[in-house]
Amino acid sequence: MFCAFLLIKHGGNPVSFHLLVFVKQVPDTQNITGDAMTPEGTVNRAALPAIFNPEDLNALELALQLKDRYQAHVTVATMGMPAAAEVLRQSLYRGADRGVLITDRALAGADTLATSYTLSCVAKKLGGIDLVLCGRQAIDGDTAQVGPQIAEKLHIPQICYVEEVRSMEPGRIVARRAIEGGYEVLSSPLPALLTVIDANEPRPVNVKRMMKYKRARTPGEIDAAAKKGEIADAEACKAELKARGLLLDEFSAADIDALPNRIGFPGSPTKVKQVMSVVLTAGEAKTVSADAAGIAGLMHELISDHTLG
Amino acid sequence: MLNYFSDNQDLQFTLKNLELAEISAMLEDNYRKAEKYEAAPEDFQDALDNYERSLKVIGEIAAERIEARSREVDLNGAKFKDGKVTYNPLTVQNLEDLTKAGLMGVMLGHEYGGLNFPVSVYTMMTEIVSRADASLQNIFGLQDIAETINFFGNDEQKAHYLPLFAAGKVDGAMDLTEPDYGSDLQSVRLRAYQDENGQWYLNGMKRFITNGCAKVHLVLARSEEGTTDGRGLSMFICEACPQLVVRRIEDKMGIHGVATCELQFNDVPAQLCGKRRLGLIRYVMSLMNGARVAISAQAVGIAEAAFRQARKYASEREQFKRSIDKFPAIYSMLSSMKVRLTAARALLYETTRVVDLRNAYTHIVEHGTPTDEQRAKQKYYTKLAAQLTPMCKALATESANSIAYDAIQIHGGTGYMRDFNAERYYRDARITNIYEGTTQLQVVAAIGGVVQRDADTRIKELFSTMVPYELAELKDKLAGLHAKQLEAVKFVSEKRTDDGAKDTAYHDLMARNLVEMETYIFVGLLLLRDGAACPERAPIAERYILDAIPEFERRFAVVTSGDSQLIKNHRDIIDY
Repeated sequence: MFCAFLLIKHGGNPVSFHLLVFVKQVPDTQNITGDAMTPEGTVNRAALPAIFNPEDLNALELALQLKDRYQAHVTVATMGMPAAAEVLRQSLYRGADRGVLITDRALAGADTLATSYTLSCVAKKLGGIDLVLCGRQAIDGDTAQVGPQIAEKLHIPQICYVEEVRSMEPGRIVARRAIEGGYEVLSSPLPALLTVIDANEPRPVNVKRMMKYKRARTPGEIDAAAKKGEIADAEACKAELKARGLLLDEFSAADIDALPNRIGFPGSPTKVKQVMSVVLTAGEAKTVSADAAGIAGLMHELISDHTLG
Repeated sequence: MLNYFSDNQDLQFTLKNLELAEISAMLEDNYRKAEKYEAAPEDFQDALDNYERSLKVIGEIAAERIEARSREVDLNGAKFKDGKVTYNPLTVQNLEDLTKAGLMGVMLGHEYGGLNFPVSVYTMMTEIVSRADASLQNIFGLQDIAETINFFGNDEQKAHYLPLFAAGKVDGAMDLTEPDYGSDLQSVRLRAYQDENGQWYLNGMKRFITNGCAKVHLVLARSEEGTTDGRGLSMFICEACPQLVVRRIEDKMGIHGVATCELQFNDVPAQLCGKRRLGLIRYVMSLMNGARVAISAQAVGIAEAAFRQARKYASEREQFKRSIDKFPAIYSMLSSMKVRLTAARALLYETTRVVDLRNAYTHIVEHGTPTDEQRAKQKYYTKLAAQLTPMCKALATESANSIAYDAIQIHGGTGYMRDFNAERYYRDARITNIYEGTTQLQVVAAIGGVVQRDADTRIKELFSTMVPYELAELKDKLAGLHAKQLEAVKFVSEKRTDDGAKDTAYHDLMARNLVEMETYIFVGLLLLRDGAACPERAPIAERYILDAIPEFERRFAVVTSGDSQLIKNHRDIIDY
């Protein structure tokens, strides 16, 4: 079942894993202010601060715990606007080893299908990945589809709703995942993909790492700064940052060999029929008498409007 | 995300206006350290950006994590069983978070894995931690111990211990107080002796040792047999070992999260730190002065928490169909609390700035080739720090007590109950004006500088600050107080007893008044400077100065009255 590109190369070191964490910069929908929605009913991204998607921080934390326990190399990748480089820096502050931004106008408008295709291309391009980690879901879309779809496209096993990793060894991982009313412990061959839930406490930013990596930039950010006249020589700046390990990787759609018809708008079959601004209001209350006749009447009503059955 | 730095305008204003440029450049060797250390700043803007970002990191940890755990830590604090101290698991988690954030060696140099930050920024961190959980600051704030080893230890000691402190792998304790000697440290008895190979051992008792279960201890001990005063004391480093026994921990009124231990030293192997005989007079005085700044910050942090809780409660609590903060009796209390809080913070960071400058110039004088100007500056800042540190501790800790007291009062009966944090702030604040030297001892430490007019150069500088027209009158009023202060100091200095000798008893009796009068003027000038820099702060400056005038005048009247009756008849009063 495993693709050639994911073959594990462990060399002389028996425990050295390459972990890939997919993260997303999202509008902070948990601290909504009055102008969070546009009159058209879409999210007003300008009015909401951009934050690190909370469950992606849990995925990163799990990856960093694995790095602490085993010798692992943690790559963090995100697809988004140039400004999404900030979540990569935030990841480096916490302990990630490498940051990759996938940004391209052609990627705009992607639904979960196009997104998972794009991210699977990233995993293939990077190669040698033992474990992919994603947050369960993002707070802007709440679909929880992207992680599982990536696993499908990579033809690797997936364990969803992961709370913790019990053990990891070359070729095998044992993880505990939440299920309704309890948990189960699953063993899976590697490479595999985990989606992680809010079951750990993400570590805080490490100040010393922040003082170093706050200078990390993507080539696109450097070009933009040069355009604004903030720096004189973009190429020299890139060379200097690269020499200091501070140049973030930046991939376009072409760089990851993504097919144009499977990314962005063209690759997204999801059609939004209508966006509604839902206002929850209390409707009319109805009293049901606490006897057999009352309950039978209620049951009948629920079955006939298909709430039950 | 809640954040105790981002939500605090006063602290942000302070960071921006503290003029840390000179200090930062000296710490970073004019930014040449950036060539060697990848986390070192490249210029002052870069350094200031690091300070601000780091304060935001600790601000978020404090607000989101430490605060949320503080109630449980207070209810179930440190425990002692079978000779072993255990902290609440949440305290352990707090320390883990701070360690992971890389905040356990804030002032240590890059070469030891520290952040190489000034005392001023570290102090802001201790304030922020204290606002969330005052007891945690007693462990976090022990970074002063590493700093003391950094100042006075030998290269071997520094290379061994400092990276361990910076990585959060060891914690520290300073073992000074003994069952019979607290304020009177020069009488300390714990014995240090050498065997034939020159190995030192420690023998005796210490009491009230904060975090006495620490891995690394700095111990004040009598190394010179037959001596009885401070000049026979040296400082030692020792590590936790079977011969170092924690006998018990104290059951305290507040700061429950940290253990206060009684220690027994049964021939504990130790290393001398620094030179013999300088233990108290040089090293411990330096250590204590650092700790006094840290405790001042702890007090300001508690005061901030208490004030905010009181303000919130007063705006939500309705009586007579109005929120209670609409009533003069309450809004006057809230205003006064805010003014006292802002005043304490202004003096605190003026003090840390001077301490930073003193440290930087002392480093040049002791390790470099100083110019005459640098030598003069070192002397100047040393004197000024010696006066401001105790003045600051007295003001900050007494203010914290009164603010925490008022916070309960504003809550009414609710504030007396455990349901709200108000009573915890009150209990936690109560130790701040006792340990690291009581307020009464701070007065003793500060009065010399007040009488010698050590702060007058700085006072003159502050008087020369340009203020807008609206504040000019307040400045004149402060100038009037300053003239009277000189008069009061002269009166006390020249006062003679009936037999013509210098009246030292009167001097001591009036010392607290004189120190407080000095504080009113000095802090008034600081707030006036800040009011001039930022118009929104002008009402705070005005309120402080207008309230200070009658307080000053009352003390002036007492001091210059020459009333020495109490010296003669206090026993008649006390013993009646």
